[in-house]
Amino acid sequence: MVGRGAMSNSIAELKESPFILATGTNTTETHPVIALKVKKAVSNGSKLVVIDPRRIELANFSHRYMQIKIGTDIALYNAMSNVIINEELYDKEYVAERTGGFEELKHFIREYTPQYAEQITGIPSEDIIATAREYAAADSASIIYTVGITEHSCGVHNVQSLTNLALLTGNFGVTGGGVNPLRGQNNVQGAGDAGCLPNNLPGYQRVGDDAARANWEKEWGVTLDPNPGVTKVTAIDDMILGRMRALYIMGENSLASDANAGKTRKALEALEILVVQDIFLTQTAELADVVLPAAGFGEVDGTFANSERRVQRVRKAVNPPGVAKPDWQIISELGERFGYKKKFNHPAEIWDELARNTPILAGISYDRLDFQGIQWPCPTSDHPGTAVLHTDNFESEKGYLMPIPHVGIAEPTDEEYPLILTTGRRRATYHTGTQTGRSAGIELLVPHEWVEINPEDADELKLDDGEVVSVISRRGRVQSPIMITEKSPPGVIFMSFHFPNETPTNVLTTDLHDPITETPEFKACAVKIEKIAQHHKNQSDKNGTQNTNQSLKMAG
Amino acid sequence: MLKEETLKVVINGQEVESSFGKTILECARDSGVDIPTLCFDSRVKATAACRLCSVNVKGRRLPVAACAQKMEPGMEITTDSSDLESMRKTILDLVVSENPTGECVRCEEIGPCELHTLTKRYGSKPGRFHGALSGEKSKDTNPFIFRDYSQCILCYRCTSVCGELEQAHAIVPAGRGFGSRIAAAFDSGLLDSSCTFCGQCIQTCPTGALMDRKMLGQAKASEVTKVKTVCPYCGTGCGLNLHVANNKVIGTTPDWDSPSGEGSLCVKGQFATDFVGHKDRLKTPLIRRNGVLTEATWDEAYDLIVEKFTQIKEESGPNAFTFWTSARATTESNYIMQKFARAVIGTNNVDNCSRT
Repeated sequence: MVGRGAMSNSIAELKESPFILATGTNTTETHPVIALKVKKAVSNGSKLVVIDPRRIELANFSHRYMQIKIGTDIALYNAMSNVIINEELYDKEYVAERTGGFEELKHFIREYTPQYAEQITGIPSEDIIATAREYAAADSASIIYTVGITEHSCGVHNVQSLTNLALLTGNFGVTGGGVNPLRGQNNVQGAGDAGCLPNNLPGYQRVGDDAARANWEKEWGVTLDPNPGVTKVTAIDDMILGRMRALYIMGENSLASDANAGKTRKALEALEILVVQDIFLTQTAELADVVLPAAGFGEVDGTFANSERRVQRVRKAVNPPGVAKPDWQIISELGERFGYKKKFNHPAEIWDELARNTPILAGISYDRLDFQGIQWPCPTSDHPGTAVLHTDNFESEKGYLMPIPHVGIAEPTDEEYPLILTTGRRRATYHTGTQTGRSAGIELLVPHEWVEINPEDADELKLDDGEVVSVISRRGRVQSPIMITEKSPPGVIFMSFHFPNETPTNVLTTDLHDPITETPEFKACAVKIEKIAQHHKNQSDKNGTQNTNQSLKMAG
Repeated sequence: MLKEETLKVVINGQEVESSFGKTILECARDSGVDIPTLCFDSRVKATAACRLCSVNVKGRRLPVAACAQKMEPGMEITTDSSDLESMRKTILDLVVSENPTGECVRCEEIGPCELHTLTKRYGSKPGRFHGALSGEKSKDTNPFIFRDYSQCILCYRCTSVCGELEQAHAIVPAGRGFGSRIAAAFDSGLLDSSCTFCGQCIQTCPTGALMDRKMLGQAKASEVTKVKTVCPYCGTGCGLNLHVANNKVIGTTPDWDSPSGEGSLCVKGQFATDFVGHKDRLKTPLIRRNGVLTEATWDEAYDLIVEKFTQIKEESGPNAFTFWTSARATTESNYIMQKFARAVIGTNNVDNCSRT
């Protein structure tokens, strides 16, 4: 545990990193330009180890690919820690000076021998040992991961067990090192930076922190609630229970993107008022009582913060359609009608209010962002920004090594649901398709959903390549053509969530979630596949992909 | 750490300090000396195909390619003699004689290409040399990358970028001698190749051989303004320029100064910005009346929200509300949303799409 929910290092640095451990990241598909840095490093002679349940394209560039059983990450990283500690490969000086909890970890980790981890993860113990040795021996080693690590019911523990490796080997605070979550959305970092979290005020200042709260109370002229609010996941439960009566969504197609879509629909339908502010009439907006037209990308000024904490200017290029307005303007006008009179004329004024009360952003202004972005923390106007975090110390003075026990996935397979469904994205399409689905030509690259399935499983189920099947979980069913591919390991199928009208994949996924972040286990739930009766199949062949609009409704 | 080893050379009579491992071209450009190039892209290995960057090195019988020749201590280099300039003009005369402009709209619609910027500078025109013309328009109908090999000068920038930088190897040099050409495997269209449609071949092409098909026929280059911004898709934050004409985004080009993108984009940043201004965009507020979403004014929409929110707040307090913000919207809009939740409604129930 080191304290920042962001990449510790920078994107371009990856090119120079002598060792890259890529785990739970289908980088060539989800972050194609970051994948270029990894490929460049490999061309320059760097080592790359890829860990993923699916034989993803990045594995082709690796010197070792380790096919891990889904949801067994902790056992693997613990075994690597075991090797690093037992063989005394750790950075003794760094561990003594900058970390806490070493003795506890050393004691705890004894049972996680590479042989024990092999039984759990399916990765040969010699590969685990070799990777641990190489990782520890590298001058600097970078860990990159995406939601293959976090979208698990043990997501936080996955990250903590991974972080142990970087702490043991002194890989924080060095160029080409670190632990680097590659964030999936253009401004997911900025949304967090701005305080759109139930426990955090802007700049990750805790709502329970009296001093921080007092500061914002003074800025806003109000009294603030010292108790954290509820996450999206809890809010959905509260809606179904009738405790949550009103929801205002700005720019998210929650019905299609959230886990267990049937439950999401039930929750949204239970609301007394649902306001959706968006740029298209999404599946979620169709359920709203009030829909507000927002100005979108290319129509607004502002900033995005990327994965490496870099605040960058985005600019208005064209006027929004009809009477659509920027999100901030709509909400400000609504605020005025509630009697809150503070007025902003331009996003630069909003930025200034945010930055002057937020130490990590305090030195950043629109003037400074004109040519190039700046990486936070940037405390003063003459500070250049921070490419590498934790060079001197961690948020809590020390980085804590955490003894983390392995747990399995929340919904394992059984006789009735013998396959694991894992979900993700494909390169040319994005999330629920509201934008890429409206860009000409993309439909030729990814025309519809596919269930990626291993040849062994397809044989057993007597399925032909391209055949439309039903995929069924405890929560619902969808239909989709299959693609028979060795990319999926036996027992695991892969689907994206890019086609919510035809194949609303998230009616299948589970909302069982990590107890700390409440992030659902999108990466694993138990499903079965059923053949569709012959006359259905013919019909679907005629229509290309079968229209399964109804399944979304049925699932509710 | 090893100190970077420096060396001294003379360029056009001026003593210049540089370091071992650098090429003459890099050193010249570092010190502000202009050497024209056509086949050079700093991100990939030099191919020395065009010879336009040839310079004289004292003691060498023939000119050398500045893009490929590494610096050596004490080199005396001339980059701008009349012989060199005359040779450059001849090279360009040869190129444009083989590749007359024909139907190419590159310079008119997208902006001056590198080749024609140079031919203008050197006064080169087609027709000085007679002979066969190069290549022909590709029959590839993919909707993203327009390929017209009658404009191809075989500089190999596209194949180097595709192979070395992207490592996609979708296009490669094929054939020999005058039959040399750029081709996808089995001369297929790019949709049937390993092409990911990152568009980097278009961006490096110094002529009109490769163009953004979506941008063609949209506007004259003189009507287009470029707006520097950041890609709206994943969290890499690649810089890009929106090309705008008549209040419409007609396409994008990479921002070469972007620290994370470093001039690269993927298929989404390059080719998936049509959603801006799409006909399906929401244009007015909508209110559900008798079960149906119907058009409304801003006042009607605001009034309904204020009325309903006020009632719920009075009955159930601020924690009966929740606000979900967008990882797709700006930081400023996200800030305003959480401020509204906390300061106006009075709840910490605010979250964004990061956890789901």
